[in-house]
Amino acid sequence: MNQRPARPLSPHLQVYKPQITSVLSIVHRITGILLTLFAAGWVVWLICLNRGEHALQTFQDLLSSVPGMVVAMLATWALFYHLLNGIRHLIWDTGHWLELDTARRAGWAVLILSLVLAALAWRFWQ
Amino acid sequence: MSLRSPLAKARNHGSARDGVHHWWNQRLSAIVLIALTVWLVLAIEVAASGGFAASRAWLALPWNTVFAILFTLSAFYHGQLGLQVVIEDYIHTRWLEVTLQITVKLLALLLSVMGTLAILRIAFGVAPLAG
Repeated sequence: MNQRPARPLSPHLQVYKPQITSVLSIVHRITGILLTLFAAGWVVWLICLNRGEHALQTFQDLLSSVPGMVVAMLATWALFYHLLNGIRHLIWDTGHWLELDTARRAGWAVLILSLVLAALAWRFWQ
Repeated sequence: MSLRSPLAKARNHGSARDGVHHWWNQRLSAIVLIALTVWLVLAIEVAASGGFAASRAWLALPWNTVFAILFTLSAFYHGQLGLQVVIEDYIHTRWLEVTLQITVKLLALLLSVMGTLAILRIAFGVAPLAG
């Protein structure tokens, strides 16, 4: 009774085949974490606007460098993904779209639409 | 090892009375952020493309000031609610968990205040700090 065998704890993620629903769920968390970092970037931009032209120029140079562009593109996609999947979550909260089939289809729709919107926004901003 | 069940330990300690508080506020801030994100996506082109003076003039327009402050506050509020759950779920070392939770909350507060002040300084026409 006093012994506690080191049994593996559920949910045994390693034995599950990744599914669209589970993958999108963890991506929602990852994009959420990323977006808090990007929100910090928004504050940095605001501070640059307070410091002066030179600071803003540095910020924009960083953003238009190759790593900066990659980060900005990632931020754009993460924003749309988290936005759309967040709406999917809100719909679930009302009790709708919870059937496995609908949840999967809405998941694919979110994924594709997030890429399309990110591409459109990127074009619109250029 | 105690034989008392978790339920027995929790009994008679009263309810915390904020069971849905986190859940509800996360949803509410999410809905607010949907609208503000649409504003930001449409506005950022105007905001960022015209250079230093144009960006400041854009931010100083009353509605933009209002939305920018609301966006800053709700983004960090929503963000720290989300990060709180992520830390609760994945960090199982108690001291590290508590340290991270406090750090995240304080950083969110700090960045919210910094962002709001930065917006207000521009809205009220305070001159840039450096040429």
